[in-house]
Amino acid sequence: MLKYQSQKIALAYFAVAMALFVIQVTMGLVIGYIYLSPNTLAEVLPFNILRMLHTNSLIVWLITGFFGIAYFIIPDEAEREIASPQLAWLQLIILVVGTLGAVLTYVFNIAHGNWLLGMQGREFLEQPLWVKVGIVVAALIFLYNVTMTYLKGRKTAVANVLLLGLWGLALFFLFAFYNPSNLALDKMFWWWVVHLWVEGVWELIMAGVLAYLMLKLTGVDREMVEKWIYGLAALSLFTGILGTGHHYYWIGTPAYWQWIGSVFSAMEVIPFFAMVLFVFTMVWKGQREHPNQAALLWALGCAVLAFFGAGIWGFLHTLSPVNYWTHGTQVTMSHGHLAFFGAYVSLNLAFITYAMPYLTNRQPYNQVLNMISFWVMAGGITFMTFALTFAGAVQTHLQRVRGENFMDVQDELYLFFVMREIAGIILVIGVALYLYSIFVPRKEEIIAPAAKQPAE
Amino acid sequence: MQTKSAARNIFFGGTIFFFVVFVGLVAHSYSYIVNTSTPPLKDSVVRGKLVWEENACINCHTLLGEGAYYAPELGNVWKRYLANNDNDPKAAREAIITWIKSMPTGVEGRRQMPHFDLTDQQLNDLVDFFEWTSKINTQNWPPNLAG
Ligand code: HEC
Ligand code: HEM
Ligand code: HEM
Ligand SMILES: [Fe+2]
Repeated sequence: MLKYQSQKIALAYFAVAMALFVIQVTMGLVIGYIYLSPNTLAEVLPFNILRMLHTNSLIVWLITGFFGIAYFIIPDEAEREIASPQLAWLQLIILVVGTLGAVLTYVFNIAHGNWLLGMQGREFLEQPLWVKVGIVVAALIFLYNVTMTYLKGRKTAVANVLLLGLWGLALFFLFAFYNPSNLALDKMFWWWVVHLWVEGVWELIMAGVLAYLMLKLTGVDREMVEKWIYGLAALSLFTGILGTGHHYYWIGTPAYWQWIGSVFSAMEVIPFFAMVLFVFTMVWKGQREHPNQAALLWALGCAVLAFFGAGIWGFLHTLSPVNYWTHGTQVTMSHGHLAFFGAYVSLNLAFITYAMPYLTNRQPYNQVLNMISFWVMAGGITFMTFALTFAGAVQTHLQRVRGENFMDVQDELYLFFVMREIAGIILVIGVALYLYSIFVPRKEEIIAPAAKQPAE
Repeated sequence: MQTKSAARNIFFGGTIFFFVVFVGLVAHSYSYIVNTSTPPLKDSVVRGKLVWEENACINCHTLLGEGAYYAPELGNVWKRYLANNDNDPKAAREAIITWIKSMPTGVEGRRQMPHFDLTDQQLNDLVDFFEWTSKINTQNWPPNLAG
């Protein structure tokens, strides 16, 4: 069923991504539990180490997923095999070795304080230097591989935007190597990785992948999709670049960022709203019905949840007069979870749902279970978001307005943290259902495959 | 086709425009940070920041509101300890060092900070780093001493 045999490499990337996904959510449950029972593991593996495992495995699996997605999409769009499947394997091996290296370094505190081998303690960028170098090498191999494939083949707007996003991802990661001794400078450039990723170049990846899925799942004309895609990309970057200013309010940067950051980041809602319009318009205009309805559900869910998590929950605290009170509270946590889940977790899960039947050469079996898993995960993360939003509101009031001591305020939030843990358990059940539905084959289809032809 | 290439050109042109503006503002902010909003860097502050990073303190604490939300804000911990020690810098320094050394508390049901094997020099460097950080012009954030 695959048009190009080398697309199959995506399967290995998705398998690694899903394994890390399991580690990520498991670690989430563990640190959520430590919030409830703080002596747990305190002497063995303290909270900070477990949190690094949670956030790092998230970032790495999302990126591994993106690589797999690109290895699936680019041959199809370029209409040729991947330039070098061997290099793609080598790249994956480097990523896996680097990931294992990082995990071992964190857990056993290997080479503590060593500039090359020890962990580097900036949030999300804790990987030892040698692992960072490995990531860059892997990214270079990747970019070479997909770009060569692209250059020799058909050049579509979808591939253009997707590749631009991936180039940007690699380029901005280079700022992970720049760590000025001046803390304010350090923070200013730290956001060049973190913000310019999720609210910049990753949005291009999101637009490209959603566009591809719409082409395949709804059967709309390529013409129509291509009309939208540069618009989506432009809206993302025109707002997102100067929107970085919403992180430059209180870190020693000049006061004018309060205006620039507030105005431009408020407009960052627009591209996320446009993506919702885009997917629903495509479904509405599309003539064909693809048998893989679960993938379509995930794709629509991705746009909608990203709009809420990034757009609405982002807007909630992005204006500087609001952010002055909520900065660094549980409000931030609520936004971080729904935004990451809605945008980039769902994007990966949508694509994997779409690609698995091709990669494993079977009908999109287990669709019903897959769709149930969407609703369970979406329900879990939504519940978590609300619990944390209320926790954040209470925390902001008690700590920031009334000036009560941090530790005392945290005690008041206990009930919300219990709810967060319950929400997390629901989410993890959803993850288990999802993995079962994509990895375990079924004998027969529950939903009769739509009689119409699959798009392309 | 016409609209598509127009859209593409607007996208590239606009992106370059906004990025150039952004780089310009960041360049200006760079010199503002170095010259105006942060005190001069001492060697001990540079070392203190390194101790902070090697021990991944950021994955429990926030520092100027960024990091993890498990433990108190430390961007203004120096001011908090000054206020609690009659504005006596010596006493504040001693108090912070004593605090770090006496961790973990082991109190049942209370969040724990691990024990770190730090030399006296490292502890003093950390305090210098906190003191330096507390003097950054943060537009009056946080709203109060609680952080
Ligand atoms: C595993 C989580 C964790 C890590 C890692 C951690 N801390 Fe803490 N820290 C805490 C907790 C929890 C408290 C509050 C404890 C209490 O009040 O009983 C605290 C309190 C403090 C305080 C006192 C704050 C105040 O306002 O009284 C200082 C200073 C401090 N930590 C410094 C550090 C430094 C420096 C590091 C890194 C070398 C670090 N911490 C790493 C959890 C952590
Ligand atoms: C998919 C896109 C997005 C993702 C994945 C995302 C994720 C995150 C994360 C993880 C943080 C916390 C960073 C930290 O550790 O300090 C954060 C902070 C923030 N985000 Fe987003 N975000 C996205 C989009 C947006 C948008 C569109 C807006 C504005 C409309 C926004 C506004 C903010 C603000 C204001 C903060 C700072 C919070 C604080 O002051 O503590 N985000 N985001
Ligand atoms: C796919 C689902 C998940 C995503 C995308 C996700 C994402 C994240 C991110 C981005 C952060 C860093 C936040 C920041 O710095 O602002 C974080 C921290 C955290 N997450 Fe998750 N997470 C997920 C699942 C879970 C689950 C199931 C739990 C369990 C209850 C959980 C509990 C936590 C906790 C306790 C923290 C640390 C909070 C702190 O710093 O105090 N997460 N997560
Ligand atoms: Fe941002």
